[in-house]
Amino acid sequence: MEVLSGIVAHYNQWITVFLMVSGLYIVVARGNMVKKLVGLGLFQTSVYLLYISPGKILGGTAPILDPAYTTYSNPLPHVLILTAIVVGVATLALGLALVVRINEAYGTIEEDEIFDRDGAA
Amino acid sequence: MKSDLLLRIVTKLLVPFALVFALYVQFHGDYGPGGGFQAGVICAAGIILYAIIFGLPAAQRVVPTWVVHRMIPLGVLLYAGVGVVAMLRGGVYLNYSVLEHDPVQGQHLGILLVELGVLITVSGTMTSVFYAFTGRGR
Amino acid sequence: MIRSNLPALQVVIPLLGAVLCALLRRGNAAWLLALVVSWTMPFVSGAMLANVLVSGPISYALGGWAPPWGIEYRVDVLSGFVLFLVSAVGAVLMPYARASVGAEVDAAKQPWFYTMYLLCLTGLLGIVITGDAFNAFVFLEVSSLATYVLIALGKDRRALLAAYQYLIMGTIGATLYVVGIGMLYSVTGTLNMVDLAQRLPAIEQTRPVYAALAFITVGISLKLALFPLHVWLPNAYAYAPSMATVFLAATATKVAVYLLLRFFFTVFGLHFVFESVPVGEIFIALSVAAMFGASLVAIFQEDIKRMLAYSSVAQIGYITLGIGLANQAGLTGSIVHLFNHAIMKAALFMAIGAVFHRIGSVKIDDMAGIGRKMPATMGGFVIAGLAIIGTPGTVGFITKWHLAVGALDKGMGWLVFLLVLSSLLAVVYIGRVVEVAWFREPGKAAANAGEPPMLMMTPMLILFVLAVYFGIDTSLTAGIASRAAEILLTGPQ
Repeated sequence: MEVLSGIVAHYNQWITVFLMVSGLYIVVARGNMVKKLVGLGLFQTSVYLLYISPGKILGGTAPILDPAYTTYSNPLPHVLILTAIVVGVATLALGLALVVRINEAYGTIEEDEIFDRDGAA
Repeated sequence: MKSDLLLRIVTKLLVPFALVFALYVQFHGDYGPGGGFQAGVICAAGIILYAIIFGLPAAQRVVPTWVVHRMIPLGVLLYAGVGVVAMLRGGVYLNYSVLEHDPVQGQHLGILLVELGVLITVSGTMTSVFYAFTGRGR
Repeated sequence: MIRSNLPALQVVIPLLGAVLCALLRRGNAAWLLALVVSWTMPFVSGAMLANVLVSGPISYALGGWAPPWGIEYRVDVLSGFVLFLVSAVGAVLMPYARASVGAEVDAAKQPWFYTMYLLCLTGLLGIVITGDAFNAFVFLEVSSLATYVLIALGKDRRALLAAYQYLIMGTIGATLYVVGIGMLYSVTGTLNMVDLAQRLPAIEQTRPVYAALAFITVGISLKLALFPLHVWLPNAYAYAPSMATVFLAATATKVAVYLLLRFFFTVFGLHFVFESVPVGEIFIALSVAAMFGASLVAIFQEDIKRMLAYSSVAQIGYITLGIGLANQAGLTGSIVHLFNHAIMKAALFMAIGAVFHRIGSVKIDDMAGIGRKMPATMGGFVIAGLAIIGTPGTVGFITKWHLAVGALDKGMGWLVFLLVLSSLLAVVYIGRVVEVAWFREPGKAAANAGEPPMLMMTPMLILFVLAVYFGIDTSLTAGIASRAAEILLTGPQ
């Protein structure tokens, strides 16, 4: 029972790990290029959770200065993850632009079909 | 979608509020959640909603493509320029405190200007990404 | 004012250049702006390197906020050396771009090419100069995103696929790096590299630190194309525009190696990384696999750019072999190979780019007899090829010498034997090209070939000369590398 309560106490880490692994699995296992980008986005989102969830101080309020409060959550992870989100958005936009161009050049976005068309060419 | 009356009316009501909300988020970045990136995305979302309902040519009459293409580098230029001005006034790069005679006023001014730069670049980028994707031939 | 703000200028000038290039309409104007910016960079980094060699590390607090709370730009001997390498290579390569990019990239997209080139330069210089771990991630992604665009601008439609594949793998690598940084931050509370180095020894043997080391190593290894994480590299180098390949082959992986050195020796420390965890043995094994596997695959390539890309993977194996050895001579060999490989590979890719410019193909069969039509270009290819093989009198030999001494110092004499054997493989793949180029009759593909334009020829000639000069007079390169290795091995400052 202690093992179980130990696992439940760290539920945020388990969610992070689950998202990370499922994101990576989608990138590796799916041949459709848009699905790979979805998996990549999922993988990156899990990392945001990894940073922000330990940043929450139990009993602390949002990190905005106010005379009524003395304990604040850590603001630094928020700033770091904002940067990481912007990087993720840029990567997703670039990836999707490449997929659009690949679709125009090859007529498909399935990796095995593209491989066949390149092999035949 | 231009023919759907309900969508047209609701969009005409929502887009101004979206743009004003973007400005609200922009200026309250100092005191609450917000700032340049979020404001830029909300502003672009307003323009994109207009483009989806009324069609791309209508949106491009309001915000032409060359404008958004120019906005992207201009925001970065503003941000980097604030840092260069700080260097010229004797501080290190991006030291906002030397921008004004009073360090606190300098910090306010510096953050205001760099967030404005971020707003311009992000809204320009998001809108131009939308224009690029939807502008490709069908 | 300029002297005290040099670290900031190192990053700001190419950034402003990139932004201004994005506002230009004509390719040649953008090239000129990129040329001016590239030529100022070696002066900035050279001034900082000279300063560091005499007076010790430079610390620059960005935004006026003192480290460790603020972001710090930190220049010491190693980062000064790599900064100078990237800036100098960028400066030498820029004249080559005018004709090369003019022919290979659509006219409307040429200003964007130079924008992305300068953004990539900004990112690479930023990774080297920053002293903050998360700031390194930001610059890593800036340079990587610019790289994906540069590759995608190639004419062949497979360039798009290569860019996509690199995007997926590169983003996974950068995200793994961020996970590692997150773990370090959660146990130490700081992101500044020097501060991390001071706080880590107390908590070294705990699980988060081991996990952080693993994540950071794998993440950076994806970027530096360590075997078996190199899969993106051959396609990316083969299908990108020639100028992009030349620049990326010379600088992108070197900067990733710098980041790895910084984390292994400055943040985590030699004792933890190589004695508590068998990283050294793993790196030596993977490096030997890279040296042999990649060289063997290179021998069977039809496309010469692809062959040179596999050769790059093998050469990166030499660099990581030195890191795995983790002694003075081995590390000196690694660091000096950052410089030497940049010169050799840039020269080789430029020569192939010149051939492509003249005959429109880089297939080995189309290059029959081209040596007689383009003697200076292919003669230089031979010289740079000899350097890749490691002939005494060229830069390649200096590296292999230091690596061999490092292997002997560690009691691994069999590594010396493997070094010689892999050099023989290089003889085969370079020799193939030389044989086809010089000892066959010119085919119809090579009929109209001639020397490339002067602007393309001059950077090549400079690099051909340097490939020999720095093989003979090593006081500058190996001297600085040796000092850098010493500083790395003695720990953080």
